[in-house]
Amino acid sequence: MAPLTYLQAISAALRDELRDDERVLIMGEDIGAFGGAFKVTDGFVSEFGPERVMDTPLAESGIIGTAVGAAVVGMRPVCEMQFSDFISCGFDQLVNVAGKMHYRQGLAVPITVRLPSGGGFSGGPFHSQNPEGWFMHAPGIKIVAPSTAEDAKGLLHTAIRDPNPVCYMEHKHLYRRIKGEVPEGVFETPLTARVARSGSDLVVIAYGAMVHTALEATEDLEGASIEVLDLRSLVPLDEDAILDSVARCSKVVIVDEANATCAAGAQVAALIAQRGFEDLDGPVVRVATPDVPIPFSPPLEQAVLPSVDRIREACHELLEY
Amino acid sequence: MATQTAQATARTGGAVGHLQVEDRIWLLRAMLLMRGIEERAMTLYRQGKVPGSFYDGFGQEAVSAGAAFAMAAEDRLCILHRDLAAHIVRGVTPARIFAQYMGRETGITAGRDGNVHFGDYRVGCVGMVSMLPDMMLVATGMAMAFKIRGEQRCALTWFGDGSTSRGDFHEAMNWAGVQRLPVIFVLENNQYAYSTPLDKQFAVDPVERAAGYGLVGVTVDGNDAEAMFEATHDARERALAGDGPTMIEAVTMRMHGHAAHDDMKYVPKELVEEWRKRDPIEQQEARLREIGVDVDALRAEVTEEINAAAQEALQAPMPDPAKATEGVFCEGEAEPLRDGQAPWSGFSGAAG
Repeated sequence: MAPLTYLQAISAALRDELRDDERVLIMGEDIGAFGGAFKVTDGFVSEFGPERVMDTPLAESGIIGTAVGAAVVGMRPVCEMQFSDFISCGFDQLVNVAGKMHYRQGLAVPITVRLPSGGGFSGGPFHSQNPEGWFMHAPGIKIVAPSTAEDAKGLLHTAIRDPNPVCYMEHKHLYRRIKGEVPEGVFETPLTARVARSGSDLVVIAYGAMVHTALEATEDLEGASIEVLDLRSLVPLDEDAILDSVARCSKVVIVDEANATCAAGAQVAALIAQRGFEDLDGPVVRVATPDVPIPFSPPLEQAVLPSVDRIREACHELLEY
Repeated sequence: MATQTAQATARTGGAVGHLQVEDRIWLLRAMLLMRGIEERAMTLYRQGKVPGSFYDGFGQEAVSAGAAFAMAAEDRLCILHRDLAAHIVRGVTPARIFAQYMGRETGITAGRDGNVHFGDYRVGCVGMVSMLPDMMLVATGMAMAFKIRGEQRCALTWFGDGSTSRGDFHEAMNWAGVQRLPVIFVLENNQYAYSTPLDKQFAVDPVERAAGYGLVGVTVDGNDAEAMFEATHDARERALAGDGPTMIEAVTMRMHGHAAHDDMKYVPKELVEEWRKRDPIEQQEARLREIGVDVDALRAEVTEEINAAAQEALQAPMPDPAKATEGVFCEGEAEPLRDGQAPWSGFSGAAG
C-alpha cells in the first residue's frame, strides 16, 4: 500500500498495464514529450518509447478511429482526450463505429477512452463538461467514474482489460485534491457501486467528484444517518445496489455535476420510480447543474455547480418531508 | 472456387503483368458473382424479400475485385457498400450474402445490420458504417498496429468522392502521412455522391491532394480490374517496403441510382451511355475470349452458383426476436480479425 493522489493512481495503472501487456499503447495529444496536459504520462515516453506513448496529431476523431482499427487487429489502445469536452470531435467514431461494432458484426473493440472531466476551476464552457450522459444513451459503451485514488487505479485496470469500449471519466478536480492508500500491482475494481458511508435515514447517490461533495454536505446533518452511495460505474449501472440503498433509507437525493436533463441521475431516478417506488418515503430529489453551459467566472460557475450547501439543503428538506 | 471449365479451355500463355490466366479468370468470376448476386438481390428486393432499401455497385465491380485481389490473407480490409466483390474475393459465400440482404439468421450480421453493411471478421474484414469515410481512420489504425509490431502487413479501405468532403478523410490522410503507415486508400470516384456531382463536391481532384499529405497518389481506370490489381499491388509493395501510404483514385461511374428508390434523373443520359461502353465485365470478358477462355461456361457456372445460393438463403430462418437485445457487449475474450482468402496466384508463388 502506498498513499497516492488520484492522478498518481491513474499514472500507476497506465504504467502497470504498459509493463504487463505489450498490446497496450496510449495515444493522445501532448502525452509524450510533454507528459500530458495534466502530467498523467510524465516520463512515460522514456520508459516505453514514442510508439507506445504516442503523440498524435490534433485529431480526436483520428485518435478514436485509429484506436478502433488497432484494437480489432489485437492491440489494447488507451486514448487520452486532453479534455473530455473534446470527445465531441470523436463522437461519431466512438458511438457509431466502436459502440455498435460487436452488436453488428461480433467483433470486439477493446479500447479505453480517458476523459478528464468536470468543472470547479474556471475552465469555462469547453474545459469543464461532464459528457457521460451522451454515451450512456449510446449502446455498446461502458462508462466508469472513479471518486477515490484506489478506484481510479482499479477501474482503469478493469477498463483496459475489458473487451469493450470503455469511457473512463476522470475528474480533473480530484487529480491532486484526493489522496488515498492504493494497493500495489494490478487489481481490477468491479463495475459495481460502493457504499462510501453507510446510513439509514437518507441516501445520497453520486459519482466522481460529487461523492466528495455529498460526503462533506452530509457529514453532520443534525444527527441524521446519511448513506452515500458511490456509483463508480454508470454503464453497467448497479441497479441492485441502488435499490438496496433506497430500500434501507427510504429517502433519496441524487447528485450530478452534469447538466440535469438526461444525466446519469435521471436514469437513476427513473429506475427508483419504476422499481423502488414502494420503498420511498418522499419524492426522489435531484441536485444537478442546470441546463446551461459551464460559465467561466468563479461566482457564475459556483452558482451552477452542485455545492455542499445545495446538497445539504436538499437533504434537509427531504428529511423533513 | 471451381473454375475448372474455364481454366481447362484457357490456352497456355495469356499471363499479363503479375496475373496468370487463372488470376484473370478469378477477377472475372468475382465481378460476375458480384453483378449476378446484386441483380438477383434487386429482384428479391422488389419481391419484398429484402427489407429496407438496396444499394448496388453495378458498373463498379472492377474497383473492389481488382483491389481486394492484391491483398494477402493476413492483410485487413474495410469494405464499402459498392464493393461486394471484395467480400467474394476474401471468401464470403453468396448464400451468406443473400441471407445478409434478407435479414436472415445466417447472414453475416445475423440480421443486426442490412445491405452491404457487413464485414466478416473471420476473413479479416470490418464492415462499414453509414457515416463516410469513417473506415479510413479504422484502416489507418490497423496499419498503425502493423507498423508498431513490425509486421509485413497492409490495410486497405475504399471511400467515395463524397467522402472527401468530410473531416475524417483529412484526419486519416494526414495521420497516415505523418506516421508513414502501410495503408492503401482507394477512392471510388463514381462521379456522384447520391445526387451531388463532383463539381459541387471539390474544387481540386482529390488525388492531387494526396501529395499534400505526403502520400503517393495514382489515378487508375476503375473499370479495368487488372489495372486496379496492378495499382493496388504496387501500393502494397510500397507499403511493405516502409514507403508509406498510397491513395488510388479509381475513376468509374455509378450506373444505378444511389439506392433502389433512386431513378437517377439528375444524371445526363449521354453520360450513362458513354460509360456503358466501358463496362468492366465486358472488358474483362473480351480479354479472356481473346486468349481462348470459355467465358460462356464460366457465366453458366456463376449463374448456377447464384441460383443455389439464393435458394439456400431463402430457406434460412429469420433471426429469433428474443435475441434482439443480445450481443451489445463482448462477454468473453476479444478475438481479433482472422485471415481471409487470398486467391492471387502470386501469394502461393505461382506468379511473380
